[in-house]
Amino acid sequence: MFYKMACRRSEGSAIRNVILSLLRPKNPRQGIGNGRRMEGLRNVHVDHKLNRAACTTHSYSKVPPIPAWKPVGETPLSLVYSVSPDLVDRMERLALVDFGNHEGVVRLQCAITFAEQLHVVDTEGVEPMDSVLEDMQLYLRVDRVIEGNCAEVLLSLPTKIVEEFYVAPPERPRCCSREERPDGCRKSTLSGPFLPSADP
Amino acid sequence: MAAPLVRACGFCAVKLQRGGWCSKYVLISTNTFAFTIVRPTTVSPQSKPSPRKNDPKQWVGVVGLEIHAQIHSNTKLFSGARVQFSAPPNSLVSFFDASLPGTLPVINRRCVEAAVMTSLALNCSINKKSLFDRKHYFYADLPAGYQITQHRLPIAVNGSLSYSHLVGQKWNQAVVKTVRIKQIQLEQDSGKSLHDDTRKQTLIDLNRAGVALMEIVMEPDMSCGEEAAAAVRELQLILQALGTCQGNMAEGQLRVDANISVHQPGDPLGVRTEVKNINSARFLAKAIDFEIQRQIDVLVNGGVVHNETRTFDFKLGQTIPMRDKESLQDYRFIPEPNLPPLIVYDNESTPVNADPQQVINIDLIRKNLPELPSAKRTRLVDQYGILPEHSFVLVSEDGLTEYFVSVLQETKAEPKKVIGWVIKELLALLKHYSLTVSQSHISPSSLAELLNLLEMGVISSPAAKQVFLLMWKECDKSPQQIVKEQDLGLVQNEKILEEICQNVLDGHLEEVAAIKKGNKRVLNKLIGLVQKEMKGRADPIMVKTLLERKIS
Repeated sequence: MFYKMACRRSEGSAIRNVILSLLRPKNPRQGIGNGRRMEGLRNVHVDHKLNRAACTTHSYSKVPPIPAWKPVGETPLSLVYSVSPDLVDRMERLALVDFGNHEGVVRLQCAITFAEQLHVVDTEGVEPMDSVLEDMQLYLRVDRVIEGNCAEVLLSLPTKIVEEFYVAPPERPRCCSREERPDGCRKSTLSGPFLPSADP
Repeated sequence: MAAPLVRACGFCAVKLQRGGWCSKYVLISTNTFAFTIVRPTTVSPQSKPSPRKNDPKQWVGVVGLEIHAQIHSNTKLFSGARVQFSAPPNSLVSFFDASLPGTLPVINRRCVEAAVMTSLALNCSINKKSLFDRKHYFYADLPAGYQITQHRLPIAVNGSLSYSHLVGQKWNQAVVKTVRIKQIQLEQDSGKSLHDDTRKQTLIDLNRAGVALMEIVMEPDMSCGEEAAAAVRELQLILQALGTCQGNMAEGQLRVDANISVHQPGDPLGVRTEVKNINSARFLAKAIDFEIQRQIDVLVNGGVVHNETRTFDFKLGQTIPMRDKESLQDYRFIPEPNLPPLIVYDNESTPVNADPQQVINIDLIRKNLPELPSAKRTRLVDQYGILPEHSFVLVSEDGLTEYFVSVLQETKAEPKKVIGWVIKELLALLKHYSLTVSQSHISPSSLAELLNLLEMGVISSPAAKQVFLLMWKECDKSPQQIVKEQDLGLVQNEKILEEICQNVLDGHLEEVAAIKKGNKRVLNKLIGLVQKEMKGRADPIMVKTLLERKIS
């Protein structure tokens, strides 16, 4: 909002830049100011409308003037998660991701350890929020046919079709065979070829 | 090489561990090159298995059903594409069903109403707020890679379904049983895949993808195939009466998966197997009974039942393991981010000034529920005085109740007689020719006419049955015409009857003597002979009086 007002009122880019630099907070965690005189502003006349806007809106800012967060500290050893080759194998099959090599697994391990820090937070008696839409109303549609009948469009998308059917290979997809996998993943104890399963 | 701890019994090929029993022998020791098999008589009593385990009568089957009912609606659950059974492949698919990017789900009001109606009919408690989740798995007929279902908080929980299970030697006693319903949830259907093994490819048709399903999960309260089939039949009737599902198992509108295990009463539940691909109620009973027996056989022989998915091959009448899933499937459920919670209201909680199209009122739906089969049965019994077994048959057969009521309207005969004709004669003919009630050759008014003739005494009961069969074969002739043509009218002319009675009595002097001595039952034989002479057209009462008069 400040940026737009600055653009509207300034006639030259120089003035605009000055006002922008004044309005940009020095410290990212710090607010724009309490309407006090800002440093280096002694000789510049700030448009009183701007000033008034700056004065009136600062009290509604949700950004605290002094940072309120504290670092968690060292992750307790109990939360360090170690990823087993079995787990890597299973996740590759379930989620169809390719961990590639040992670095990938290590990165995964770090990611899990980082996320485990959440357990330090005390959530006693707090209902989890599982959807940002929890206050919205689900729209109920009338039971009338309004779509469909676009087989030509849909079948023009894939490279291969057979008589108006989509074509899929008979086996479930997988990233690479076990022999091709690097050492870290080969120790998995899950055995057997990757069999297609029927409808769960 | 370490000595194997498991050996195959040389006699019956069942795998044994040391100390394990097959049906006859016990494996005492194993070493690399030989193993000892000992006959039961030489083994000390403590190591014998309890005779209870070998007695197949002690095992009890435990059956739980998961039923997917396709909701009868015009469009799919989350998209506006049409729902139709057979249509050109991929012609009923919208962009959302094909999971093209940029599409979002929009729920169908009719599907929510159908789920609420079904839950109310099954005495469930409805969750006023229910949530949608994503169930992830990869398969070619699931284009999005996930299915939108209700895992955490389904729309209805804790219901019950009461059904009648026919028992007794002649299946004439109905025992009312109840199975608890764990939950009812709304979910999407997947597409259809056709496997082409010759060219090693699978053809996918997404017409069915996205169609609304109600998954009805039942607790494992049943113990045999008959009970399960009866429960499914009752559920089918309820859904058809409500109009929420057409219940046609052959078209895939009602799919049943059975979870079966066996245990001995008092023991904890055994390992369960899941049986899929059951196409009709008849095969359901067969499949469940076969699986229970198979598990009993495995356990009696000392084997172990594995937790697996099996399919029912109706040609062989057996369950066969499907290609087994390695380790438990992890569906990685997450809340569906694109759908807010589903809220349903009742009379107290309906927001004022709300758009009625956006509000689903449970009390209003409950008020407008149609007559359920159980209520219909009791009403028929109360209104017409027929037996419960008869009303059971009337409600089970599609259209038979209406037939019965229209016959009753046009005839003076009593409901009990009409019901006898409808069930024993008409239904038998329909079953013999595999026809439905609507395809019956005899209309309700013709049957009513015939019954009126019977009431008025124009024809006798056996003659009426003959006329009935002739009416079936010659559809356009009225009963009266047939009676005239075949000359089946009751003969009440005393002179003719007297003559014939006299002839019969003269020809059977021994029987006459027996009757005079006091044996009254021989009289029936003589009446039968007279009837035979008269081709069943004689008035039975008159014949009896005449014979009695002549003898005494």
